[in-house]
Amino acid sequence: MKKYIDFKLRSVVVLGLGILLFSGCERDLSDDVRFATFNTNPDIFTDDPVGLTDEFFESFDPATGANPEGFGTDNDVAFEGSSSIRIDVPAPDDPDGSFIGGIFRDRGEGRDLTGFDALTFYARGSTTATIGEVGFGNDFGENKFVVLAQNIRLSTDWRKVIIPIPDPSKLVQERGMFSFSAGSQSTNGFGFTFWIDELRFEKLGTIAQAQPSILGGNEGRFPTTVGGSLTIGQLQQTFNLESGINQTVIPAPSYFNFKSSDPNVAFVSELGEVTVVNTGTTEISASLAGVRAEGGILVESSATAQIISIFSDLFADVPVDNFNGFFENQTTLGGVVNENGNDIIQYTDLNFVSINFFSEENRIDASEMTTLNLQIRVDEAVDPGDFIRLELNNFLNGVESGSSFTIASSELIANEFVDFSIPLSSFEGLTDRSGLGLLFFVSDGTISSISVDNIFFSVE
Amino acid sequence: MKNKILNTHMRSILGHKALILSMFLLVVLGCENDDTQTVARLTTLVWEDNFDLDGAPDPSRWDYDLGDGTEQGLPGWGNEELQYYTDRPENATIQNGVLLITAREESFEGFEYTSARLLTKDLFEQQYGRFEARIRLPFGQGIWPAFWMLGADVDENPWPAAGEIDIMEYRGQEPTVLVGSVHGPGYNGADAISKEFTLENDRFDTGFHIFGIEWGPDFINYYVDDVLYNQITPEDIEEETDGEGVWVFNKPFFILMNLAVGGNFVGPPNAETQFPQTMLVDYVRVYEFDETVFNN
Repeated sequence: MKKYIDFKLRSVVVLGLGILLFSGCERDLSDDVRFATFNTNPDIFTDDPVGLTDEFFESFDPATGANPEGFGTDNDVAFEGSSSIRIDVPAPDDPDGSFIGGIFRDRGEGRDLTGFDALTFYARGSTTATIGEVGFGNDFGENKFVVLAQNIRLSTDWRKVIIPIPDPSKLVQERGMFSFSAGSQSTNGFGFTFWIDELRFEKLGTIAQAQPSILGGNEGRFPTTVGGSLTIGQLQQTFNLESGINQTVIPAPSYFNFKSSDPNVAFVSELGEVTVVNTGTTEISASLAGVRAEGGILVESSATAQIISIFSDLFADVPVDNFNGFFENQTTLGGVVNENGNDIIQYTDLNFVSINFFSEENRIDASEMTTLNLQIRVDEAVDPGDFIRLELNNFLNGVESGSSFTIASSELIANEFVDFSIPLSSFEGLTDRSGLGLLFFVSDGTISSISVDNIFFSVE
Repeated sequence: MKNKILNTHMRSILGHKALILSMFLLVVLGCENDDTQTVARLTTLVWEDNFDLDGAPDPSRWDYDLGDGTEQGLPGWGNEELQYYTDRPENATIQNGVLLITAREESFEGFEYTSARLLTKDLFEQQYGRFEARIRLPFGQGIWPAFWMLGADVDENPWPAAGEIDIMEYRGQEPTVLVGSVHGPGYNGADAISKEFTLENDRFDTGFHIFGIEWGPDFINYYVDDVLYNQITPEDIEEETDGEGVWVFNKPFFILMNLAVGGNFVGPPNAETQFPQTMLVDYVRVYEFDETVFNN
């Protein structure tokens, strides 16, 4: 009993000391508590490299086509001061490499960038080209907090480029100060030069209105079985800049907090890798710096296979022969294109076109499937009388048979993806579907431009 | 906001005066980082709305302009604005002590956008004094919020003769730029007397800011937070208009607050403009004029 009271008294004394400590200062825990902090120098290149490794520019691997020869500094050109970085972008047939790209690294243990909200620099081109990618966070190591901005437009005069930091609080020790990659895609294969000056991290205070997204902002479904897996992709963070322009960057997964509403069905790693461990459903979502990301996916795990994906953002696709067979009498052009970081299929001059999977090894046995899912966007006005006829061709014992389903103009919307879930029983003439080999899109010219995405068979 | 196209160029001709005054005030009063601004000197509060009661705005203080202006003979409110004003809670309501004026993209009465315009016409008007509001602004191409005043005799003495004082106008596509203006006979629409103020290292759509004027017989001082950024006097109007313009600010004015979509001042929204967009008003306060304060 005595012992017990003693103990209590001691804890009161200790607690009292704690209160004294806390009341003595307003914000700091105490002078004794100090976290390790790293260099907070914002500058990367002013007239010289600042605190970077001796080699300064470290090229991407020449084995991948990177040209290590086109990088230097220029004492005749500068936005401010006396010198700038000069980058000579090679032509595709340059024997030293067809593009130029690499990174700058902090020479020390890394920098504390938590006090900044953007990487900024001034850029100028010998012509109005675009730089494929610029960013930071690539340290040729873990690359945990890589950020990339794509297609940075160059002017022949100096222009300030602002690459927002998706969540500065993550960057307590970052070695990857800068990265870039540029080819001659925007100049029809002609080499060009661009200059970079006053490269640094800044606290602008005007980076705002964060709009993070995953999976291209789409709400998707992932019908699967136990053991299935999926990596959450198409990660984006968009900020509104002082100029009123929305600047999108591609952050590494580690900037996001991923969440599974039922980890007993599927769990998701900090890299956005979803692993399905049980039957049932769970919603995968994400947030970035406390802001809920647009887009998500509903995992629907069941005992038997539920999906065969031809072309989708959400599922692993089966191999196909091609996305445009360029048949005789066909006017249709196009195929897979990247639109704002999202792969879609785009067709122009449409009369008919097919996705081909008729080579023996790529044929699809959809016998167990009940539904064809796809999204169609008409990239022009929709007029009465317009239509898209879908045709599925099956190969059975070497005999090809066709079947069709027509989508009327009333179900199509100009410039907007529309979801279709079409029962396979609605395809006229589709008796056997054990050897599907072709999926046609036919408009007979009533519609000439369409985009198609997320094509898959499912069991409903 | 009525029948006008603002000139975006800075038209202040007495910027140096304002600068000297603001330097003086900074020296005397020092810097403050709370929301008590130090640039205004009138302190006798005579009218306010702190929007403390959730629900519809107090009808004894606020009325609405409704529709698209056609009824008033001003389709698009004279500026080719795209919204249809309503008094529905979807467009104007008080929540958690803040008035929310919300512009929505929705099909309504043949228009693509709805929003609200509140005004104190026939409910409250005052000649001279200090008028201010604490507001967090929306953002995006084509978004046009305003906190402004019209001469209370506007029905008998139509615009621009009635006079207009724009305490705050802002383009959603320029989230750091505030515009303050006056309009009157001989200086209106594109020729309004106007000045822009750019916020450094901050934006108007990420936090509340105080927008105000102090107005006396021969001056209107414009301030935002703790910065006095412009003064307009009868001499400015005379100089600016080669003697054509008339000072019409020696009579009572009433207050308006609205959130327009599109129109000449901002241009239409684009695909990146997000809706809904909300202007959050924490309070509107009016202080009595006291000549002795300015004679010291």
